[in-house]
Amino acid sequence: MIEAFMQSFMLRAMLAGILVGFMSSYFGVFIVQRRMSFMGSGLSHAAFGGVALGILLSTEPLWIAIPFTIIASIGITLLKDKTKLGSDTSIGILFAISVALGIIFLSLKRSYTADAFAYLFGSILSVQTSDLIVTMILALLTVLTFFFYWSRWAYSTFDRELASTDRIHVTIDDYVLNILLAITIVVSVKLVGIILVAAFLVIPAASARLIAGTFFSMTIISICLGVISSIIGLITSYIFDLPSGATIILVQALIFFIAIAYSKVSIKESI
Amino acid sequence: MNDIVIEIKNLFVNFARYSALENLNLSIPGGSFVSVVGPNGAGKTTFLKVILGLLKPNQGSITILGKQTDELSPFDLGYVPQVKTLDRSFPAMPIELVSTGLKAKWPGKMKQKDKKPVMEILEKVGAGNLAKRPLNKLSGGELQRVYLARALIRKPKILVLDEPATGIDWIGENDIHKIIDDYKSEFNATIIMVTHDWEAAYHHADHVLMLNRHILCFDTPDKAFTEQCLRQTFGHVGHRHEMIFVGRHHD
Repeated sequence: MIEAFMQSFMLRAMLAGILVGFMSSYFGVFIVQRRMSFMGSGLSHAAFGGVALGILLSTEPLWIAIPFTIIASIGITLLKDKTKLGSDTSIGILFAISVALGIIFLSLKRSYTADAFAYLFGSILSVQTSDLIVTMILALLTVLTFFFYWSRWAYSTFDRELASTDRIHVTIDDYVLNILLAITIVVSVKLVGIILVAAFLVIPAASARLIAGTFFSMTIISICLGVISSIIGLITSYIFDLPSGATIILVQALIFFIAIAYSKVSIKESI
Repeated sequence: MNDIVIEIKNLFVNFARYSALENLNLSIPGGSFVSVVGPNGAGKTTFLKVILGLLKPNQGSITILGKQTDELSPFDLGYVPQVKTLDRSFPAMPIELVSTGLKAKWPGKMKQKDKKPVMEILEKVGAGNLAKRPLNKLSGGELQRVYLARALIRKPKILVLDEPATGIDWIGENDIHKIIDDYKSEFNATIIMVTHDWEAAYHHADHVLMLNRHILCFDTPDKAFTEQCLRQTFGHVGHRHEMIFVGRHHD
């Protein structure tokens, strides 16, 4: 089995899985704690519109999906800030527009659109070196935000007004977070699919929330769970010949139920 | 006589077509304790937000410590928000929240040297034993002490308090006011406190600002808590007015 994992496509898949697991679970803590879990679904479906446009233009869908999803994320943030609408409504509207556009773009293609289905369900085993380079650059950028943005995002997640009184530009920081989130989702979509990518953002962070006592420990635990579940999921999917994205998410779900049990036991012990 | 620390001139704040504050003119000398009272919707919170730099006036100017609000350092002001705004699902401990007062950012893994001053101020406000308890397990009074510690740790020249004793029992309320009074005496700080508690306003402040979109009265408590000022501000006087006068006679 070790030999199987030494093959280049498996090495690429493993590395991609680890990087996507790391980035999604890192941004996921802000998504979960800000009660924006719907944002993950919204942006991944926005990515579908971009992917469809890329397919229509016969170019690499990723390059179109990235700006398309960034525009959608800015649109969501603008709608939330400049109107009386809540973020769930803003996401719902942009979500629907993007999917509608995606369907129109694919219908205009008038030829077989197997690529679109690959993006719906993801294909981590078909990750190319170029995909991996993009993912690594994004992962590096994510690491940098840990030093420059984590404490600001954490502060405004705790209390936007209190952070603002300390001269933190919470609105600008929101745009930075949402743009990076949009890029992370697009990159992850190729690997795990539009339908399942939101789970990557939410489940490890939600599990970490059940265990952690501080936001810092929640972030670290979430990252660890995101990476570990990617590794275990990929190995399991290889052994049992199962779809990799779905298997990773089921591993995350298993960890989530263990976290629930752990949190219930700790509450009982503390009483 | 202390220098003026807050200077407000012809200040208007509007929300769409609704006017929240109209033509405010005010000079607050350093070392004052100003209680801001007024009915619900009078613009008290808007007034605090203008001081904190969270809201820009539509017209007029405000200078604090001789600076525009966007030129202020986070450490010029200490702010104690209403505890009811706290997101109780956020995983945090008092020691972390208080350290935001010191660093103006949320802490990661805290170093020993950062913990020391935080523990000292928590002890000072009587919350040393709460340092590592989950924030969502604290009562309103305990949270208020933690927020107060967060504000005081930066030794601000101006302390802004938004209903600091709301929902707290009588003993807890007295403790909070004693801490504020002691801080004011020790550092000659200026205190701006929004409150619905007329008795606290009367007994602790040296100036009372009665606000109902306009400034209707700004004077010493004895001169501000008159039937005329109260009627202008609240539209009626109520029973608590009598209680204050009873207290005044006893004094």
